[in-house]
Amino acid sequence: MKQKIRIAAGQGFWGDLPDAPVRQVEGGPIDYLMLDYLAEVTMSIMQKQKARDPNAGYARDFVPLMRRILPACVERGIKVTANAGGVNVRGCADAVIDVARELGLSGRLRIGIVMGDDIMPRLDDLLSRGVELRNMDSGEPLSTVRDRIQSANAYLGAWPIVEALRTGAQIVITGRATDTGLTLAPMIHEFNWSESDWNRLAAGTIAGHIIECGAQASGGNCQFEWRSIPNLADVGFPLVEASPDGTFVVTKHERTGGWVVIPGIKEQLVYEMGDPREYITPDCVADFTTVRLEYEGRDRVRVFGIEGRTATEFLKVSISYSAGFKAVGTLVYAWPDAYDKALAADRILRARLDRLGLKFDQILTEFVGANATHGPLAGPPRSDIPEVQLRFGVRGEDRSAIERFTKEIAPLILTGPPAVTGFAGGRPKVEEIVAYWPALIPKEEITPSVEVLDA
Amino acid sequence: MKVQLVKLAHARSGDKGDTANIGLIALSEEIYPILVREVTAERVKQHFKGICHGEVERFELPNLGALNFLLHESLGGGGTLSLMTDAQGKTFSTALLRMEIEVPDEFNNGLDG
Repeated sequence: MKQKIRIAAGQGFWGDLPDAPVRQVEGGPIDYLMLDYLAEVTMSIMQKQKARDPNAGYARDFVPLMRRILPACVERGIKVTANAGGVNVRGCADAVIDVARELGLSGRLRIGIVMGDDIMPRLDDLLSRGVELRNMDSGEPLSTVRDRIQSANAYLGAWPIVEALRTGAQIVITGRATDTGLTLAPMIHEFNWSESDWNRLAAGTIAGHIIECGAQASGGNCQFEWRSIPNLADVGFPLVEASPDGTFVVTKHERTGGWVVIPGIKEQLVYEMGDPREYITPDCVADFTTVRLEYEGRDRVRVFGIEGRTATEFLKVSISYSAGFKAVGTLVYAWPDAYDKALAADRILRARLDRLGLKFDQILTEFVGANATHGPLAGPPRSDIPEVQLRFGVRGEDRSAIERFTKEIAPLILTGPPAVTGFAGGRPKVEEIVAYWPALIPKEEITPSVEVLDA
Repeated sequence: MKVQLVKLAHARSGDKGDTANIGLIALSEEIYPILVREVTAERVKQHFKGICHGEVERFELPNLGALNFLLHESLGGGGTLSLMTDAQGKTFSTALLRMEIEVPDEFNNGLDG
């Protein structure tokens, strides 16, 4: 058994720095590359893409990335865990296999695919059997949005990925799998952890939480002494050096920018945190109040002491549904009296929308430069403020009302308060809203399937 | 003596649906008990008046010298439904750091400096 494995994060979200995974592979020794592609509503975008083209529906960026790094991965035995498969895991794997063959790597590579997360075709059956899939936040039953659902996937954990690795997969592609599972699975596989080894499973889960947002653990978005953070232009993404006992070191490749410091790791630990004693994943319940941190050298933070508890009997389900339309328009008002002019424009716009009889579920005005981020906490803006951006948003079920709204922004330039600009982008775009419906499903309802394909 | 939290702590915030979470981290071990005493769920709810329309929950992480706050009904519906610039609550962290709290006078040295 290996006594140490290095798992590197390559993407903090779908759309993160495109070269980061390449730099993780080329910048120093690693054993695993972990790539998280799926935000909460990403599956619905992929579902739409697949409806238009049956070969689509996965993170397309993953395929050209594989083209760049596969030779090095095969050469050096680096394995990849990625939830790039979206709603078409097999299609994604086929595309990677094509790339592998073009690169002359046939016979030198096996690709594992994890499926079984998609419950879209089974929704009516589940609902009819009393699995209500109530919204975890609002408590409403799913039947209230049934006819507007666009995708429905259960979050799978680490174990199906482990199975793929055990079957010899070098690249493991999943659909909806937890980001923490992508990091935990290599540890379970390499160190042979058991399904009830709750403390170690929790440790691997917390390791995953720390690196799943990419450079947010290595100097990005770090408030602590942010001016002192070296060379963010060349920021190194984080990696964990994991040991069989469940302890690990968070670090990054040498000669990269950013930093790995205890205050920065603390910031990432509390990021998107609920009850710190109850961090629930498919694999365990991790207790963040047990995490201990210490320096083990420059840009090296050792994490230890982690405890966990028995996993719950449920999996989280992410459902996306169509929830109307929205549009946001902006204009910029300049000194003098910039804020007062923006306020006046807001009153005029609201009066015109009223007179048109347009109905919206929500209207929001923000004044960027004055209060868009901190609201009333920012206090009144200075009277000599150089400029203010009026940002006016509407949301509703009726697309035509939103369309009509978008025609009312530009005319404000010639028919409203003076010293106004900032309308280069044309009319605001009407955006279809795909909203997120979190729910729970009993574990016995979900059977992950694992296949390993030869390239 | 009143001191603004930005001199005593750092923070990171994010979202889960319509709930914003703020992790508030003491800059030193000595500061943490002061945060526990002063930065109560009630104070935070009052601080975010007009922004947070639901309940505020607080959790303690003494091992990290940190407090975690959940601010329910704060993000204009949350996620893609929200019209807010900061629909993900990313800047709630520094909004909390605007708060002023009472600290013992001996803390005067070492701050501001």
